[in-house]
Amino acid sequence: MTFNRNYFDIGRLDRLAYGRTWVHRLDPRSKVVATLLYLLTVVSLPKYEVAALTPFFLFPVLLAALAGIPARFILRKMLIVSPFAIVIGIANPLLDTRTAVVIAGTPLSGGLLSFFSILLKFALTVGTTLLLIATTSFPGVCHAFRRLGVPSLFVSQLMFLYRYLFVLMEEAMRIVRAREMRSFGARGAEIRVYVRLVGTLFLRTVDRAERIYDAMLSRGFQGDIPTLGRSRMAAADLLFVATTVGFLGLFRFVPVTEGIGRLAQGVLG
Amino acid sequence: MSHHIVEFKDVHFRYPDGTEALRGVNFRITHGESVGIVGANGAGKSTLLMHINGCLLPTAGTVTIGDFALTAKTRREVRKKVGVVFQNPDDQLFMPTVFDDVAFGPLNLGMDDAAVRERVDQALALVNGRQLKDKPPHHLSAGQKSSIAIAAVMAMGPDILAMDEPAASLDPRSRRLLIALLNTFNHSKIVASHDLDLILDVCQRCIVIGGGTVVADGPAREILTNAALLEANNLELPLTLQGRS
Repeated sequence: MTFNRNYFDIGRLDRLAYGRTWVHRLDPRSKVVATLLYLLTVVSLPKYEVAALTPFFLFPVLLAALAGIPARFILRKMLIVSPFAIVIGIANPLLDTRTAVVIAGTPLSGGLLSFFSILLKFALTVGTTLLLIATTSFPGVCHAFRRLGVPSLFVSQLMFLYRYLFVLMEEAMRIVRAREMRSFGARGAEIRVYVRLVGTLFLRTVDRAERIYDAMLSRGFQGDIPTLGRSRMAAADLLFVATTVGFLGLFRFVPVTEGIGRLAQGVLG
Repeated sequence: MSHHIVEFKDVHFRYPDGTEALRGVNFRITHGESVGIVGANGAGKSTLLMHINGCLLPTAGTVTIGDFALTAKTRREVRKKVGVVFQNPDDQLFMPTVFDDVAFGPLNLGMDDAAVRERVDQALALVNGRQLKDKPPHHLSAGQKSSIAIAAVMAMGPDILAMDEPAASLDPRSRRLLIALLNTFNHSKIVASHDLDLILDVCQRCIVIGGGTVVADGPAREILTNAALLEANNLELPLTLQGRS
């Protein structure tokens, strides 16, 4: 059952966040800000752009290397969500057949180019976001959002999502296991059974939500989840954000790839 | 000291679906008493505990906690005095990390950052849970979850501690530690449990609930040695008193 495996894999993402590297120790806010700026810069590039996107790989690769996050793990997670990006871009080569560039005698259509661009942007944004969570932990990101002024209501929804995702999955796993143990591999009325399982899960969730709310009220909840100022922006954090902004600006507005290409041509020729 | 008193006067409670869970419960617990609440499954123990901090309000009768009669208006004040540890620690640990969870209560009480940190640290030390501080609850064992749930309530510095089946998911050693911990808490405590040995170790007084009313109320030693009374309520003598050889 792949359900079990995927479940235990999610736990791994926050185990990575226990690390003690320089990247892990940065203030969560500086990492969130840097990542958001990075995402905006990548997304802002024109739709036919491919070459200018390549220098942006530097950021996630450096981050992963410095934080000791295994690249294979991140790549595997990206693979799981990749169908979304592929579905969005797959029709482009068919719709946009106008030749955009000719490389080494082969004409490339605009659609193909924009499809590649979408895939690259997807890899950059999703990879970097996963790295943010793997180096900061999900709760860390939530706290950073809160302290950056995101309304408490949204942040607490995110926190509950993360906390009870695991409880819900365990609950689902128990129900699925109980069914498997008594169905002896029989198929048949599969769908009908699953519909009922989902119903059961829903009812249990409603009951649980009520009990959680009671527990929150018991500890003085008044509509706002209070947070503690736990970290401080240090010189290292400002330096990190400043460096990131500097390089993002450089890669966005100066054709770096072209420059390197011309330099190589000059040296060779 | 009138402010640690828990008094139930003819408390009735009917769930919206019509089930009558409490039918006239009467008792008075004074400051510093430790009281065990026992009874068969479905006798109304959990419902009773839910009344102690106003998660449920009686449909008839009154609950008085300290100087307040429990109403929708006073329950916020009452909750500052009464700490309730619920049955399932997964319902109680709702924050993403252990630290955040234990800090939740003290922060809501309006303490400043340094005081909150100190409270959290003390509460975690109390249950031997300091090393779990940064863990998310889904990485804890059932026993660890229970102790953190207790720490989270202790961090609020309650005057009255109420617990529903505190030892249900604990291994024998953790259960022993819990008993020792409960015996160090010298304000009023109310423990609902099927673990009669735990009640015998922790409580001086015992209340037997059956059919939504108080069936018996007296010294724990007396009640828990009354085999006929216990059996009539789906209970049995505590294991330590069974004298098996």
